[in-house]
Amino acid sequence: MGERGLLRYLPVLPALLLLLVFLAGPVFWAFQASFTNTGLTGRNARNPEWVGLENYQRLLLDPVFPLSLGLTVLFVAGSAVLGQNLLGLALAVLMRRARRAVSSLVGTAVVAAWVLPEIVAAFAAYAYFSRDGTLNQLLGGLGMTQPDWLYSWPMAAVVLANVWRGTAFSMLVYRAALNDIPVEVAEAAQMDGAGGWQRLAFITLPMIRGSIATNLMLITLQTLAVFTLVWVMTAGGPANASTTLPVLAYQEAFKFGDIGYGTAVASVLLLIGAVFGVGYIRLLREGKR
Amino acid sequence: MTAPARASRAAPSEGAAGPGRPGHRRSGPADVALLVLCACFVLPLLWLVLASFDAEAGHETRVPGAVTLDNFAAVMTPALLLQPLWNSLLLSAGTAAVTLVAAVFAAYPLSRYRSRFNTPFMYAVLLGTCLPITAIMVPVYGLFVQLELLDSMPATVLFMAATALPMAIWMTRNFMDAVPVSLEEAAWVDGASRMAALRTIVLPLMRQGLGVVFIFVFIQAWGNFFVPFVLLLSEAKQPAAVSIFSFFGQHGAVAYGQLAAFSILYSLPVLALYAIVAKGAGSSFALSGAVRG
Repeated sequence: MGERGLLRYLPVLPALLLLLVFLAGPVFWAFQASFTNTGLTGRNARNPEWVGLENYQRLLLDPVFPLSLGLTVLFVAGSAVLGQNLLGLALAVLMRRARRAVSSLVGTAVVAAWVLPEIVAAFAAYAYFSRDGTLNQLLGGLGMTQPDWLYSWPMAAVVLANVWRGTAFSMLVYRAALNDIPVEVAEAAQMDGAGGWQRLAFITLPMIRGSIATNLMLITLQTLAVFTLVWVMTAGGPANASTTLPVLAYQEAFKFGDIGYGTAVASVLLLIGAVFGVGYIRLLREGKR
Repeated sequence: MTAPARASRAAPSEGAAGPGRPGHRRSGPADVALLVLCACFVLPLLWLVLASFDAEAGHETRVPGAVTLDNFAAVMTPALLLQPLWNSLLLSAGTAAVTLVAAVFAAYPLSRYRSRFNTPFMYAVLLGTCLPITAIMVPVYGLFVQLELLDSMPATVLFMAATALPMAIWMTRNFMDAVPVSLEEAAWVDGASRMAALRTIVLPLMRQGLGVVFIFVFIQAWGNFFVPFVLLLSEAKQPAAVSIFSFFGQHGAVAYGQLAAFSILYSLPVLALYAIVAKGAGSSFALSGAVRG
């Protein structure tokens, strides 16, 4: 009984300090700074003033912010919810039916894009979509038109690049989920005469719906935060046509030196993240019951 | 798709389909579809590999006229490659070490004691894994300015450790839960303290799991671009991810062959590390912390 009490939780302290100082601290600082006119340099850096909701009013009036919010939704919906999620599921399902050699080959290719350092993946994607890059060479070989992707279709390019980079995660989640389904279930359905698509729709998908929900939450959060890929491929351009929220926050704070306004953008991003984070945790708790 | 599907029902699982694959031997269409997808995933990497061996590489993907190692030779200088890689190693190994130590200490009470405090703490930590890190880089920059920590490698290591900690605590606690308490009890009877029992009994038994956490954090830190990009200013301290970006500028007069060669040399260590972990612990290792809860 002697060592009961808070003392035995002492070992948690280093981790707790790190989390409080470097994660929780900045989150609260972000919300607080978003109500000030803090600058990167100059007078406003030393003596920032409280400006109330001014930054948020500016957000609503600034034509770039709604555009950026819309582009972020497009980016997350297109590359994560549709692209990574469906492609990951398709890969996982196909891999169970294919020859082992084929499925491990495709597994390696998909995972390679995911394990590569993000800056390298971004360079590769940039080269792939550039005017005379691999994609246009292929399209040219097929006799099709070759648009300047990064200039005319910047969002399409970054969405596809992020699908390429991130699908491995969904694939691994769904492979693990499919492996957990007892073999007997599929066999019983097969005995009852269910075809492949029927088994997928009425048995497999309902059985892994927990994993589907979890995966959607996690890839939404990951995609929400993507910066490097967009920054290297288009730098948010041309003319803000691919400025997602992380890029906007970075530009406002570091390029234009307006920390207060930049943190207002970041605060919106944090709030969206928090909503999905709480949703994710609720899902996990329900799954346990 | 349906014709071979029906045919396969007549000859259920011929063994070659492997265990756990209920009776379909219709690999044909699935194989073709997967090979097409595989090609789509490999194509963006083609330029990287071909350009690195091409003395006159540009944007376009082409088979080099004459295969050369000149690009690799050109980037393998101390200033260009070795110093940044050394910085990457310091940052990543430092981050992984700090994360692992803090995670082990934190996981011990959470795994071994029952308390009302555990569940809320673990869920708060889980919320930390959901934090979009790019959103807090502006305030973190502000924090580093106030504390005069900008351009400090140790401070950058501490921040990267903090971002890796939530996931690491979950993974470490799961691995620790798998070690039965009864093994430690014998050591306590012999008079060992809890920390001594942790060091001599528990940690050796979970060393494979600890290796997974270390490598997992190391890979993430090695590939991290945005954090050192914002927090480290002087060229002498920048890791490869940042130096490669600033050296080759943004698509100006770029030596594409050298860029590709540098990228490959910089990527190889983490690809090798991933291969080791994936072989040892199953490729879903990365998910054991978060997805399973």
